[in-house]
Amino acid sequence: MLGKLTWSAVPFDQPIIMITSGVIALVLFAILALVTVKGWWPYLWREWITSVDHKRIGVMYVLLALVMLVRGFADAIMMRSQLALAAGGAQGYLPPEHYDQIFSAHGTIMIFFVAMPIVIGLMNFAVPLQLGIRDVAFPVLNNVSFWLTAAGVLLVNLSLFVGEFARTGWLGYPPLSEIAYSPGVGVDYYLWSLQISGLGTLLSGINLTTTILKLRARGMGYMRMPVFCWTALASNLLIVAAFPVLTATFAMLLLDRYCGFHFFTNDAGGNPMMYINLIWIWGHPEVYILILPAFGVFSEVVATFAGKPLFGYRSMVMATMVICVLSFVVWLHHFFTMGAGANVNAFFGMMTMIIAVPTGVKVFNWLFTLYGGRIRFTVPVYWTLGFMVTFVIGGMTGVLMAIPPADFVLHNSLFLIAHFHNTAIGGVLFGAMAGYTYWFPKAFGFKLDERLGKAVFWCWFIGFYLAFMPLYVLGLLGATRRMQHYPDAHWQPLMLVALAGAVLILCGIGLTVVQLVHSIRTREQRRDRTGDPWNGRTLEWSIPSPPPAWNFAQLPRIESNDAYWAMKQGAHGVEPPAAHSHAPLHLPPSNPTGVLLAFFSVVLGFALIWHIWWMAIIGLLGAVAVGLVQAWRPDHEVVIPADQIAAFYGRQAAEEIAA
Amino acid sequence: MQIESEPQGQAPGVQEQGRATGRTYLVGLFYAVILTLASFWAASTNFIYAPGVPVLLAVLAIAQMGVHLVFFLHISSAPDQTNNFLALAFGTFVVGLVVFGSMIIMSNLNHAMMPMDELMRMQR
Repeated sequence: MLGKLTWSAVPFDQPIIMITSGVIALVLFAILALVTVKGWWPYLWREWITSVDHKRIGVMYVLLALVMLVRGFADAIMMRSQLALAAGGAQGYLPPEHYDQIFSAHGTIMIFFVAMPIVIGLMNFAVPLQLGIRDVAFPVLNNVSFWLTAAGVLLVNLSLFVGEFARTGWLGYPPLSEIAYSPGVGVDYYLWSLQISGLGTLLSGINLTTTILKLRARGMGYMRMPVFCWTALASNLLIVAAFPVLTATFAMLLLDRYCGFHFFTNDAGGNPMMYINLIWIWGHPEVYILILPAFGVFSEVVATFAGKPLFGYRSMVMATMVICVLSFVVWLHHFFTMGAGANVNAFFGMMTMIIAVPTGVKVFNWLFTLYGGRIRFTVPVYWTLGFMVTFVIGGMTGVLMAIPPADFVLHNSLFLIAHFHNTAIGGVLFGAMAGYTYWFPKAFGFKLDERLGKAVFWCWFIGFYLAFMPLYVLGLLGATRRMQHYPDAHWQPLMLVALAGAVLILCGIGLTVVQLVHSIRTREQRRDRTGDPWNGRTLEWSIPSPPPAWNFAQLPRIESNDAYWAMKQGAHGVEPPAAHSHAPLHLPPSNPTGVLLAFFSVVLGFALIWHIWWMAIIGLLGAVAVGLVQAWRPDHEVVIPADQIAAFYGRQAAEEIAA
Repeated sequence: MQIESEPQGQAPGVQEQGRATGRTYLVGLFYAVILTLASFWAASTNFIYAPGVPVLLAVLAIAQMGVHLVFFLHISSAPDQTNNFLALAFGTFVVGLVVFGSMIIMSNLNHAMMPMDELMRMQR
């Protein structure tokens, strides 16, 4: 009746897991109780859960990512503390089978459920505002994408309490991930949660690509788009091209596991090497999917806070698009040691070094933008400067490992771990934090606390160096990744330093929460009435904060780059929208399709993981039914009457004068 | 929601010049059916040199893709089709890389390493 699911699936004998489960269950219960008692459900359902507004969806993506950052970081600090203890003959406090799940979950969560949602959330929020339009091309699909991602998140977190997670590392290499060597449900949790959330990511990529190509403000030719929109375009093109490869590869592994196929098995003509080849055809573009929007954020931040147009706009665009194409021809550098010949390795080594060139172009462009500028040292600028120093180090260790003979020494060592955290934290995370601080006042109408923001930055910055510089040394000394204990007690002091760094990062995460809570409590003092708190250059700053549901009452017409800056400098100044008479606006209504689809996908995924076939049929039929109902829904719109729009701008103007 | 877009590129399927008529679809259907029948014929015939059959099937398959792109998806090289054309070029580039790159890598690997089943046999 319940397939493989029995009471033994719940790990009652593991105190760490049971206590964690208990605490999470209590917190969830408290939140749900609070929402119910306060009667917030109708509001949440109408304005957030079923919202098709790109700004709301963007905020929900970022919130989801921040929550999962805590989960992923809990795994990280467990690994660091385990390795600080397990020196010499000691075994630490985490048994190998648990440790294996922790590092697999850490990698999976940090890439798929922290980095991806935070980057997609920022693009979702900022791209339509920068393009001067009212929403993305397919608003309902946007909501569906978000909820499919959330469905994946739910399944991954469920694996903590019911069953187990994969012990295969974050990419699930066969033959270990095949049914013969991983007979449990861990790999199935991994595969189904990523299949479901990967579908959401693909739909989101199609949506944003279409938006950027098809819907831009009048007069906004490609060469007048803000650089963040260019990087978003490149990133989403990569999503559209790369994620089907991931889905197909996982589908083949699923066929191996469920139907006895032999794509990647050792016997019967299967070839595990093919999986490694295919997964990295997705995997390398993936790292650029994450870093390119971060590059875009830094470009916006340096131009805004240096008070100058971005240096070398055209070269920035070129560099972005060159990276977009070249990111597809370097994947083999992830498996130089797999056994391909010298010619193949040399080709991919050289391509890897070449892809560093456009990245270098970008670094120089940012430097020249800052040069001679009157720089305001706000929190986003701190993150940007921290990024430039850190990312260059990470890039250089990457080019070092692009040399195949060097890679044979460093492959799967802690040196590699240090390298990619150097780019992932120093690049993606710093970029996400810069974007979060930069666009927060646009999203909510008040600034985050600057002093606490700087404290967060220093915790992450110093914490990063303390945590990962020792790992470079340990890697060169021969420490491998995914090791649960080590015999050489001389490594322990460096492991302790790394733990101290992780604790400092923990302080940074804690202070982020403190900053958010403090800023919300003192929001009246931090209120920004102008809509342009940073003296910005792009269109998102030309509208009130938080923006109305329709973003722009009149769709802007632009005549140059840095459109809003040009308006502010122009002879007429910026015309307040209230001066115009308004026409009623038509907006798409909120839509429950996304959350219902996500519900049935969770049912489907859970049933497939546990081989509960009747439940899988219910989940599949439910999802199809929701899709059909959505396809035949009456095509109605919400009409916002003209006087309501005029009243909004009247109120806005009055507040600005009062302030 | 009404948004004016730049003249470059229209939404796929929107045909303001009325190029895509019923006749176009019928012609496309005709070609597609011919190519499909030709594939079935090629797979079962003794008329051509046997090792040439897979090549012929590949040619027919690629022609079939071409027919679908032109007659059903309305890809052309017209000036208003730049976006679609570039998307197609990018897609072809990526698919080509995935397929041919994998073939080169895996054959290089098999050349350098003992095939897995032989290795397994040796370990027994």
